[in-house]
Amino acid sequence: MTSGATPLSAAARPGTGDTWQRFTLAEKLARFSVYIAIAAAVGWATHSVEIIVEFIWDAPEQIADMGRRMWPIPWGFYPRGIHAALIETLNIAAVSTLLGVLMAVPVGFLAARNATPNRLINTIARFILVSTRSINTLLWALFFVAVFGPGALAGTLAIAFHSIGFIGKLFSEAVEDAHRGSIEALSAVGAPKLALIQYAYWPQVKPSFWSIALFRWDINVRESAVLGLVGAGGIGMALDTAINLFQWDRVALILATIFGVVIVAEMVVTEIRKRII
Amino acid sequence: MSASTARPFHTTPLARLGWLALALYLLWAMSSLDFNLARFIIGLDNGAKFIARMFPPNFERWDLLVKGLTESLQMAFLASFLGTLISLPLGLLAARNLLPRVITWPVRIVIIGCRSFHPVIVAIICVKAVGFGALAGIIALTVASVGFVGKLFTEAIEEISMKQIEAVRATGASFMNVVIFGVMPQVMFRFIGFAAYETDANLRNSTMVGIVGAGGIGGTLFAAFQRFDYDYVFAIVLSIIALIMVGEVLQIWLKKVFRQ
Repeated sequence: MTSGATPLSAAARPGTGDTWQRFTLAEKLARFSVYIAIAAAVGWATHSVEIIVEFIWDAPEQIADMGRRMWPIPWGFYPRGIHAALIETLNIAAVSTLLGVLMAVPVGFLAARNATPNRLINTIARFILVSTRSINTLLWALFFVAVFGPGALAGTLAIAFHSIGFIGKLFSEAVEDAHRGSIEALSAVGAPKLALIQYAYWPQVKPSFWSIALFRWDINVRESAVLGLVGAGGIGMALDTAINLFQWDRVALILATIFGVVIVAEMVVTEIRKRII
Repeated sequence: MSASTARPFHTTPLARLGWLALALYLLWAMSSLDFNLARFIIGLDNGAKFIARMFPPNFERWDLLVKGLTESLQMAFLASFLGTLISLPLGLLAARNLLPRVITWPVRIVIIGCRSFHPVIVAIICVKAVGFGALAGIIALTVASVGFVGKLFTEAIEEISMKQIEAVRATGASFMNVVIFGVMPQVMFRFIGFAAYETDANLRNSTMVGIVGAGGIGGTLFAAFQRFDYDYVFAIVLSIIALIMVGEVLQIWLKKVFRQ
């Protein structure tokens, strides 16, 4: 059974009576209170969230109106108004992934308890990972737009900083999962720290590293498409303009373009994964 | 890396050419983003001013802040609940080891479609369809949840052991019985993990969809930003981070309860 560990460990525990029980009383109570909490949260949210009912009745008409305005899609506009923005989006995604990886890998090593046996450094590195991840890409983008002015640079830095947390966390987990055998063997012969990383850790974490970087690139392609809404470059700028001018046909064209790129990115990732991992 | 025997990444000349192309592309991409020292120095100056104006965080308009955060929280809960509820059947219908391709393909396209747009972009469309406010945000986040949980759930189902399925089938069980007694026990514990993760992600995104008018704290944040009220912006950002940290702690606690 794939979920194996759970029932076995419970069965090994002294039972609460003659009959076998999968969970102890405390576990049952904990689970039950989680269910209650979920029900209460959903109930509270449903009851108190502000929804304007008139808008719902109006929705079918609005959607039909949107559909009418979106059709026909002006494909001819693509080379003039969208192609450059699309390329910029792809560049933002690629460069920000690179920068993110460059910043995240050292932090990831510092956060891994086996590679850096120092609790204080671990905690600081973990804090960096958690805090960069907690600030949404759009927030980072707002910040960098205020600092470097509107444009692709702000967007690139925004995604790069937001990626640190994600890449660093997964990478540090991969480092912590590394087998101790080759690490101990190398440290036994007195290898310096850099050699340890190069010959003991790196070969073991390499597959996860590429898989994480690819996964993040895939996410960053999607993220870089929205950055333009806050002025941080890419195809989102074109989208923002089209929406503000109510040019729904162009909106449709941009959405179709994003959809196409995302699908292609996903296919590329799947293909590379199949080959190298 | 010298002459080691296992070099899976550098074996063929073609692969080397690929790496070269990638490096060249990255260099070109970087140059196209016009990053130069002068701009960086001006930027540092701007950044210092910006940060100086953020301090001290201004919590004077806390009532607006609490209202926005509450709405974000409500949106996140409802969207996670609806999203996981919808992705449960969709994930099953998209699993290729249970159903024929005729059924899995359309469902897969629906899931991919839900996932391919950032929640904020979906939110724009929803704002047009159902107007400004929380409802648009809830729909947008639900769509994102279906895309994410649906995909992971499908993959989880495709990884299950077929032995149990065959055993249940051998007793002459119907499809629903196979699902309930053969599939669900194997994937339910992972599904709970996905749902917890998605709730966390929705909490993060619910603070952002407001930028395009889809409810929650994001609208307040963006308005404060455009009015250069950076001290209020900082107060909002601090509150968002606090909310997300609470969400993360809850997620860890939840995983402990369900022992994953």
